Amino acid sequence: MFFTISLYLALAVFGVGLLYKISTWFRHRIGLDAKECSTAERAAAAIKGIAITLFSGKILTLFRVFIVDVLLQIRVLRQDFLRWLMHICLYVGFMLLLLMHALDKFITSVLFPEYYSTINPFMFLRDLFGFLVILGIAIALYRRFIMKVPRLQTGGQDYYALTILTVIMISGVLLEGTKITSYSRYQEMVEEYTIAADEEELRALETYWVKEFGVVSPTVKAPFDDELLESGREAHEMSCVQCHSKPQSAFLGYTTAKIISPIALGLDRAKISTILLYIHFLACWLGLAYLPFSKMFHLFASPLSLLANSVMDKETSSPANIATRQIIELDACTHCGSCTVNCSVGIAFESIPNLNILPSEKIGSLRKLASGNHLTEQQLRHVQEGIYLCTNCERCTLVCPVGINLQDMWFSAREALLERGYPEFFVLSPFSYYRGLMRQSLVEDGYREPLERAREAIAAECHFMSPNKLIPLSPADRAFRSDLSLSAQASTFSVCFGCQSCTTVCPVVANFDNPEEVLGVLPHQIMHACGLGVSDLALGSNMLWDCLTCYQCQEHCPQGVSITDVLYELKNVAVKQAKQKAS
Amino acid sequence: MKFGLFLGCNIPARLSQYETSTRAILARLGVVLADIKQFNCCGYPIRNLDYKTFVLAAARNLALAEKNNVNLLSLCKCCYGSLKKADHLLKEDTLLRQEINNILKKEYLEYRGDVEVKHLLSLLYHDVGLGGIKEKIEKPFSGLNIATHYGCHALRPSQIVAFDDPVAPTIFDQLVEVTGAESISWSAKLDCCGAPAWGINDDLSMDLTEKKLKDGRQSGAEYLCAACTYCQIQFDTVQEIILSSRGNNLNLPSVLYPQLLGLSMGMDGKTLGLSMNQLSIDGIEDFFFVPESEEVEG
Repeated sequence: MFFTISLYLALAVFGVGLLYKISTWFRHRIGLDAKECSTAERAAAAIKGIAITLFSGKILTLFRVFIVDVLLQIRVLRQDFLRWLMHICLYVGFMLLLLMHALDKFITSVLFPEYYSTINPFMFLRDLFGFLVILGIAIALYRRFIMKVPRLQTGGQDYYALTILTVIMISGVLLEGTKITSYSRYQEMVEEYTIAADEEELRALETYWVKEFGVVSPTVKAPFDDELLESGREAHEMSCVQCHSKPQSAFLGYTTAKIISPIALGLDRAKISTILLYIHFLACWLGLAYLPFSKMFHLFASPLSLLANSVMDKETSSPANIATRQIIELDACTHCGSCTVNCSVGIAFESIPNLNILPSEKIGSLRKLASGNHLTEQQLRHVQEGIYLCTNCERCTLVCPVGINLQDMWFSAREALLERGYPEFFVLSPFSYYRGLMRQSLVEDGYREPLERAREAIAAECHFMSPNKLIPLSPADRAFRSDLSLSAQASTFSVCFGCQSCTTVCPVVANFDNPEEVLGVLPHQIMHACGLGVSDLALGSNMLWDCLTCYQCQEHCPQGVSITDVLYELKNVAVKQAKQKAS
Repeated sequence: MKFGLFLGCNIPARLSQYETSTRAILARLGVVLADIKQFNCCGYPIRNLDYKTFVLAAARNLALAEKNNVNLLSLCKCCYGSLKKADHLLKEDTLLRQEINNILKKEYLEYRGDVEVKHLLSLLYHDVGLGGIKEKIEKPFSGLNIATHYGCHALRPSQIVAFDDPVAPTIFDQLVEVTGAESISWSAKLDCCGAPAWGINDDLSMDLTEKKLKDGRQSGAEYLCAACTYCQIQFDTVQEIILSSRGNNLNLPSVLYPQLLGLSMGMDGKTLGLSMNQLSIDGIEDFFFVPESEEVEG
C-alpha cells in the first residue's frame, strides 16, 4: 500500500515536472531574436518545423544521428574512451535494469511467461546490469575526484546524480545479499512453496540450502552430514529448483552474502532487508520525482538536442525554433565538462577568478538568466565578461557530446547581455574580431553602443580629458608612474625626449586630418604624460583603444622607448581602474 | 626536430583552407608535423586587458610543446608575435616565470624556455630553403604580379621576433618569386592590414585596409599574398564587407602563401581549398607558365 501510494505520488510529481519543463522550452529565452517570438508562435513554429522535417529527406539524418550519437554515443567516444565506457555502462546498465527488473511485471513477465526474478538468466543478468552501473559510477568518481582534470568543475547536480545512483545500486546489492542469507526469508519460502512438511525432510532441505544457497541458519552449521545433504538435494529438486537458481549467479549479491554471513543472523533479526527495501524503493521514487528538475533530465533533452542540431542551422531555421532549441540545449547539458576541458581560453580562469570563463559554468548562469532569476549587477557583469572572453574558436561546439551549438548560444547571450547596458571592457580587444565579422546580422545601434559605452566608462575616470576641465598644477602622480611595472619595458617611457617620431610613423594618427580631435592624445604626448605622472591624460585617450599594436612607433623610436608596450600596459591600468570603480 | 603545428583559434573555425594547404605543401616538402590537441589561445586577444593572463596562455602552449619535445610552428603572425613576446618576457623575468610555472604545475606542465617559435615563412626559408622548394615546383607561374603583405607582428618589435630585416625584409618576396610569380614593390607593403581595429573601430579598420588595397592595385598587383590568419581574413572576409558597405570597386583578392606555393607545386585547387576563399582567386590558375611550343600546338 505504502509502495503504491508513494509510487503514484512520485509519478505524479514526475509528470507535472515534465510538463512544466517542456513548457519552459517555449517560454524561456536567451537571445534578442527570442524576444520577438511569443510562446504560441514558438510552439506553432516547432510543430511546423517537426512536421516538415519528418516528411523530408532529413528523416534519414535523424535516423542516423539517433543510432550513432544517441544510442552509440560516438561523440563521447571521439573524446575519450574511458568516458565513453563510463557513460555506456551507466546508461546501458540502468536502462536494462529499468526494463527487466523495475518494470518486470509489465515487460519481462509479458515477454517471458516463465519469468521469475530468482531464476537464471534473469538473476544473473540483474547483477550483470547492476555491475555495469556500479562500474560506470566508479569511473565517474575516478574521473571527477582522482584524475583531477584541470578546470573540470563538479557541482551540486553532479554530486546529486552520483549519490542517487550510488544509493539505488548499493541498497539493491545489499538487499540481495541480506535476502540470500536471511533465515526468515528462507522460512517464508519454505512455507509458501514446500510440498512435504516432514521435520526430517525440512532439516535436510535447510542443510542443503545452508551449504549451497548461502542461507545463514541459527541451528544448522558446517560440517554437514553427506546423507542429509543428499536428501536435502532431493527435497530441493522437488520443491524449489523450478523457481530458484543457485544464488552464485547473482554474483554481486552472493559476494555480499558471503561477506556479511558472520553477522547475518543479527541483520536478519533486525529486519535489515526490510529497511534496505524501503531505501531502495524510496531512492528510486525520489530519483523519478526529481528527475525533471535534476541533471538527469538530460535523458530527454540530450537526444532532442542532438537530433535538433543535426537538422537545424542558423541560416535556414526560423528564429523561433532556434530560440526554443537553445532552451532545450540548456536542459541537455550534462555538465560533463568537455567544453571546459577543451576551451581555448579556459586557462584564463587560472588568473582571472571568474567561473563564467569556463563554458560549462556559463551554461549554468545562462540557465538562471533564461528562467528569469534575478542576478545582481555584479553577477551579470561576471557572466558578460565570461561570455566575452571567448575567441569563438568553436571547439566547445565541436566537442559537445550532446551536440549543443554553444557557439550560437554564446552569440545570442552576448548580445542580449550587452544590451542591458553594463560596460564590457573586453569589447576593446581582438575578442571583438568575430563580432565584427558578424556585424551584418546585428542591428547597427546595438552593434556600436557597447563599443562606445566601454570607451566612455574608461574616459569617465579620467577627468582631465574633459575639454573644460582646468588642469591643476598638482605634483606628479608618482604612484601611477611606479605602477607601470607589469613589464620592465613599460618603464622606458622615462627616456622619451619628445622627438615625435612615434606620432609621425603611427598609421592611426596618419589616418586622420585632425588626429588630436579624434584620438585625444597622441603617442608622444602619452609618453610625456607618463613621464609627468598625469595619469588621466595617459589613460583616457581614444589613442589607446585605436592603437593597432603594429609596433611602428617602437621600432622607430631613437631612444628605445617601448612605446607599444607602454600603451599595452596603460590599457591594462585603465581597465583595472574602471573595473574597480564599477565594483 | 619535429614541429608542433600551432593553429590558434581562427584557422579551425574560419580559415580551414590555411591548415589544409599548409599540411599539403609541408608533406610534399617532407616536413613532419605533430598535432597537439591541448594547445590553447596564444594570448594575443587578452593582452589589451590582462597582461599576466596573456603570458600565462602563451606559456601554456610553450610548455606543452616542451613536454612533447617539439618546436612551435605558427601560421598566424599575431600568434607568432604573441608567443615570441611571452617567450622573451619569461626568459627575462624570473619572478614572472616562477609565478606562471606555479600555475602550470597544476597541469604537470613547466615552462623552461627550450622551445623555438617559428613562423611558416621562416621554416620554409631557413629550414627547407629556397633550393629545396624550387626542386618541387612543377607548374611555375608566369607574369603573375603579387603584392606580398608581411604582417606587423612578424616584423616588429624586431629585437624580439627576429623574423627578417624590419625595414627592408625580403624573405616573403623570395618565397613568392620561387613560384615564378613576380613580387611587386609597393609602398604599403609593411603597413598594418587593419585587422587589429576590426570589431573595435570598424571605420578605422576599413580605412587602413582600403589604403592597402588601393596601393596594391595601383602598383599593379593582381593578388595580395598573406601568410597570417588575421591579415587573410581581413583581406578576404572583411574586404567583402568593405566592398558591399562602402560600395567602391577596389577588389584585390588575397591568396594564402601555401595556396600559391601549392598551385605551383602542381596541387589541385581542391586540396588547397581555393574555393573556400570569400573573394574568388580562381583566376590565378590562368597565370601558369605555358611553354611556347605547346602554345603553338594548342
